[in-house]
Amino acid sequence: MKNIGLALKKIKWKHYVNYVIVLAALIVLLIAGASGGLKASTNELVLKIAISIVLAVSLSIVVGFLGELSLGHAGFMCVGAYIGGKVAVVISEKLGGGIVTFLISLIVGGLCAAVCGFVIGLPALRLRGDYLAIVTLAFGEIVKVIFQQSKAFGANLGFDTLRYDKSFRQNFYIIALILVLVTLAVTQNMIRSKHGRAITAIRDNEIAARASGVDVTKYKLIAFVVSAFFAGIAGVMFACTFSTVQAPKFGYNYSIEILVMVVLGGMGNITGTILSASLITFLNVKLSTVLTGDLAVVKDLVYALILVLIVIYTNAPAFKTFREKHNLKAFTLRIFKPKKDPSRIRDDEAKWSNIPTKINMDELLTVDLKVQESVQSPDKGGKNK
Amino acid sequence: MSDYVLETVDLGISFGGLKAAQGINLKIKKNEIYGLIGPNGAGKTTVFNMLTGVYQPTTGEFYLSGEKLNGASQESINKKGIARTFQNIRLFNNMTVVRNVMVGLHNRPEYRCGFFTSVFRLPRHFKVEKQMRKKAKELLDIFGLLDDRNNLACNLPYGKQRKLEIARALATDPKLLLLDEPAAGMNPQETAELVETIRFVRDRFDMTILLIEHDMSLVSSICERLTVLNFGTVLAEGETAEVLKDPEVIRAYLGDDE
Repeated sequence: MKNIGLALKKIKWKHYVNYVIVLAALIVLLIAGASGGLKASTNELVLKIAISIVLAVSLSIVVGFLGELSLGHAGFMCVGAYIGGKVAVVISEKLGGGIVTFLISLIVGGLCAAVCGFVIGLPALRLRGDYLAIVTLAFGEIVKVIFQQSKAFGANLGFDTLRYDKSFRQNFYIIALILVLVTLAVTQNMIRSKHGRAITAIRDNEIAARASGVDVTKYKLIAFVVSAFFAGIAGVMFACTFSTVQAPKFGYNYSIEILVMVVLGGMGNITGTILSASLITFLNVKLSTVLTGDLAVVKDLVYALILVLIVIYTNAPAFKTFREKHNLKAFTLRIFKPKKDPSRIRDDEAKWSNIPTKINMDELLTVDLKVQESVQSPDKGGKNK
Repeated sequence: MSDYVLETVDLGISFGGLKAAQGINLKIKKNEIYGLIGPNGAGKTTVFNMLTGVYQPTTGEFYLSGEKLNGASQESINKKGIARTFQNIRLFNNMTVVRNVMVGLHNRPEYRCGFFTSVFRLPRHFKVEKQMRKKAKELLDIFGLLDDRNNLACNLPYGKQRKLEIARALATDPKLLLLDEPAAGMNPQETAELVETIRFVRDRFDMTILLIEHDMSLVSSICERLTVLNFGTVLAEGETAEVLKDPEVIRAYLGDDE
């Protein structure tokens, strides 16, 4: 028993928070699904959130850990969606619309995106900061236009994705959340190893990293390739979720939205990225269902306002005391307040009211104030003279 | 040729028409503490940058234990055994102290661990991580930084940051350690401590050290031999005491009587 306790203490729970969050979501959904089936809209929301998380976590490898600004993440997703989606359509004639088809298309789509990541990684070795951002931005737009112009992929109209079997479609959210777990596992395992240390060393000081023998070329490419691979996987998930794939969806705006998720969650903070990706996606979906008709115009305005408010709340100095009182840590402390052992109370923590004294407080408080006034009055009179 | 740990032959570099350094001939023996001094802008750091592959020399060659190294990249020169510290401290500021040193251990063959071994968390990954952490702690202990190991590097005081930089350089298991103005910004007491540290590193790690320094008390107390640079050329070289008496050197530092 003691050994188990010790072993539990040794585990760094911080490392598993992200898995716990996703697993909890999965269990809740499974229970909800078993007790009456998920609504189609809930199912779609879960899938959208899963796709966003995969995208945001993969982008955070490049932005948060390697420290390079990439504005073309939707481009990698576009490659995955088009190629993975098309592969699924082609091979489904022989393999049917089940999980085998999906997995093959997933891997093909991911690998194609990874190749693009490698190609984009090459200029990244020479460019830095804004210049790299421009290159990745151009990449995203070029990919979009290429797919938009190619007849094989239905040109401007896009193409209809494979309609998977009903049983697969209904349970797709389970596979999507498992893919989120895989993404998290690979990303975290990579970051929390010597390879991840090398990547963060490049972010912190590239010159010193080189001088310490870190192979900067290799690690920049690894970061870009892994990031692009998972963006491609998110693309295939997208193609699997929606009935058509159209290029305009993967524009510049979408790349920025993914970047917002990463920045809002905190650079290099995977838990934050997961939460902010979920929040932003949820917000987007809810706003577009609530604000319909003429009100649809204000959707972007409300969305932007909420983001601005979040940023002000998390950063403005005026909210500092409020933040300190009402953050997650204070909240958990309030619930799980450690029981105080009287023998362990330090002197400065002891409450003065509990200390027995000979002074009678009541007597002190009911002193006749008139006496004091009479003492003061001659003084006042003296001044008046 | 391989009597010397570092040997440079007619090493030089020019940026366009500017000859930043030329005709540098250094011969550094094993276990020696060798000083490279000179007035500001004399080209000392340029020499360091050539030796570590930041700049590619335009003339001449340099050899580490007889192996020709010019033309190699910074990473491969570090792997061959030249490690350096920087004039303005360059640490991995947002990483903890122990991780800074672990980055230095990155390339050692005994800690080899493939990318997929780490991603799939195979047993080798855990073994290597554990050993690296242990080794890093040993190094930190030597420099008296063990208690700070979980602090961020940027939160250390100046003297400790200098020490951490040396510890990180030593973690790469070099044959030759280049120190670029290690005493810059230190008070006399810290400098005295640094002298002890440098001597200790030499004895403990069997290290050969080449250092740039302006602090003459440090140079005269620690360096066995010196090379004085001025305007990118060698002004004098030899035993420390003799070189510092050289009227040419004094004139370069203090100016002419006119």
